Amino acid sequence: MTDTQELKEKVSWVTDDAMEKLARRHRSERRFKRLGLSAIVIALVMLATLLVSIIGRGYTAFIQTTITLDVTFSEAIIDPKGARDHKTLKAASYRTLIREALRKEFPDVSTRKDLRALFGLISKGAVQEFRDLVISDPDLIGTTSSVELTASDDIDMFSKGYISRNVSEEDRRVKDIEIKWFDQLQSNNAIQTVFNKRFFTGGDSREPEVAGIMGALVGSLYTLLITFIISFPIGLMSAIYLEEFAPKNKITVLIEVNINNLAAVPSIVYGLLGVALFLNVAHMPRSAPLVGGLTLALMTLPTIIIAARASIRAVPDSIRNAALALGASKQQSVFHHVLPLSMPGILTGTIIGLSQALGETAPLLMIGMVAFIVDIPGGVTDPATVLPVQIFLWADSPERAFVEKTSGAIIVLLGFLVFMNAIAVLLRKKFERRW
Amino acid sequence: MLAKDMNTVYNDTKSIISAKDVSVFYGEKRALKSVSLDIPENQITALIGPSGCGKSTFLRCLNRMNDTIENCRVEGNITVDGQDIYAPHVDEVLLRARVGMVFQKANPFPKSIYDNVAYAPRIHGLAKNKDELDDIVLASLEKAGLLDEVKDLLNESGTGLSGGQQQRLCIARALAVQPDIILMDEPCSALDPIATAKVEELIEELRKNYTIIIVTHSMQQAARISQKTAFFHLGEIVEIGETEQLFTSPNDKRTQGYITGRFG
Ligand SMILES: Nc1ncnc2c1ncn2[C@@H]1O[C@H](COP(=O)(O)OP(=O)(O)OP(=O)(O)O)[C@@H](O)[C@H]1O
Ligand SMILES: [Mg+2]
Repeated sequence: MTDTQELKEKVSWVTDDAMEKLARRHRSERRFKRLGLSAIVIALVMLATLLVSIIGRGYTAFIQTTITLDVTFSEAIIDPKGARDHKTLKAASYRTLIREALRKEFPDVSTRKDLRALFGLISKGAVQEFRDLVISDPDLIGTTSSVELTASDDIDMFSKGYISRNVSEEDRRVKDIEIKWFDQLQSNNAIQTVFNKRFFTGGDSREPEVAGIMGALVGSLYTLLITFIISFPIGLMSAIYLEEFAPKNKITVLIEVNINNLAAVPSIVYGLLGVALFLNVAHMPRSAPLVGGLTLALMTLPTIIIAARASIRAVPDSIRNAALALGASKQQSVFHHVLPLSMPGILTGTIIGLSQALGETAPLLMIGMVAFIVDIPGGVTDPATVLPVQIFLWADSPERAFVEKTSGAIIVLLGFLVFMNAIAVLLRKKFERRW
Repeated sequence: MLAKDMNTVYNDTKSIISAKDVSVFYGEKRALKSVSLDIPENQITALIGPSGCGKSTFLRCLNRMNDTIENCRVEGNITVDGQDIYAPHVDEVLLRARVGMVFQKANPFPKSIYDNVAYAPRIHGLAKNKDELDDIVLASLEKAGLLDEVKDLLNESGTGLSGGQQQRLCIARALAVQPDIILMDEPCSALDPIATAKVEELIEELRKNYTIIIVTHSMQQAARISQKTAFFHLGEIVEIGETEQLFTSPNDKRTQGYITGRFG
């Protein structure tokens, strides 16, 4: 008896009270796990909704409706003198050829109004394609062959089902007569949907069916390149100096506080700074990736410095001491040991900063990268726009066809981000060391 | 007072390091109080004393590793080969190449075993070619008694070794610089008796060419391997003496108490 009593005394935590406490602890732990899990689930559902809605709306931007017509490459219209030189071929009126082909397809259309509607089936941008075709192959002249021509945005929208037949005619962009032509073409197998190559290779355009993302993509690339070239070395060097070499005094504390504050400054302010500094003082060209990149570099610097300092600080002092005690100089200990060990963190911070810069619009609006630019920029001083600004511009356009382009551009932007993060993961793998 | 008296008595061999009135401050806190100690050349000097008495602090003064600690201030005079190591023209990088150090906690670089040992010869340009470097690395590992265990793992990460192996790797790394003096801060604290015996053997062996200062918490170890012992207590040196004499007939009550395990 006394034995059990003693035991009970000793193992006091099997009392009812203690058991209740224990059960409470377990309940609380389970509750916390469930909370965490539901947070993850909510986040995933939101992400999935976002992706589904964007991809569902945007994938049609990657396909394009075409109309195949038998076109007679009449020598009398293209090149009456038979010179076949570049200049003549370039200046010829290809629009007439397309119109002739349409008239031939629909011989009973006669009124001016109907003819205009008929000609409107084909995109204005098709003329350009047509010209390129003839210039690349002048032997076509004098022959008749079937050519795939890009349909106009309204026909494209109609064919993709965005414009319903069941709406009354006056509320519909595509009129009854156009639908009749469309059906006739379709019954002749002349309507096709093809991969929209031009969306990925072309620049911006007023015509949604020929507008492309390439100009903005290249603009974004150039801009990010400048941002990286400027902000990475400066940010890294500042971080190394502040962490490893700078004396700890009032001035460095002040600098540190200010860097942290700068990271929280709204990006539009950096845009104003960019205007004042790079445009008004340094007279750099407006709308150029150079200025955009420099402005975004200002914005990205604090992020990189903060991330780099954190990962440099995370390297244990014992490593520095080991190197110093072997007679390595401070600089050698930093560059041979501390930096390689903190590289994964620094790169992650840099990519986060660059991803932010990639999605930034406001400061770029300030420095004029919002202009309508058709040409794909050839260098960092050419006028350009960037992906998020392009999305903004298209989202702002009245044409129905720009809706899918907007979503398509968002998909491209997200793809770019995924690509950058993949690079980050790869680099991290490369630099990672086992402790 | 005591310390100074003892110095004169046991100064029969040439002393390579001589510390006079060394005080160390961490901010306001005084960790060492006017410590004076002469280290004889090619001998093993043991520093013993209770935890927190300033043994590591003193050791770090000798290769100026205290310079790297924020707020740490060293006063007094320390000479190596008669040269003041805190003089303005002295390059601490060269000093540390001459005065190697093995830390209390093993701190191998997260690199391969080979690169760990080869690092110092590389930065100091001690090897003219790959073969010479290989020789230095293998010889250093051999001296540290690690070669047999790792000779097939030279390209494996040094941090993948056991604690004791890591410590011996750090010893090998320090030896690869070919210093004159080696400071060892409890090099055997993580080792099993066999490895400890190996390291002690190694230390005895090294004595021929190197001067060794070793911090240890093991009285037996100090008694076994050292020729001279200094007993630290609360930032002061209480007693310095020939090891045998200090362990058999200590002059100070506190020394006696410590070595017989009654306090500390
Ligand atoms: N970096 C530091 N900053 C502030 N104080 C320190 C620092 N390093 C050591 N000290 C202080 O200096 C005193 C001596 O420390 P030291 O590390 O030299 O002791 P030790 O004799 O090596 O002890 P142990 O045997 O436990 O290693 C201690 O009181 C400690 O608190
Ligand atoms: Mg210590």
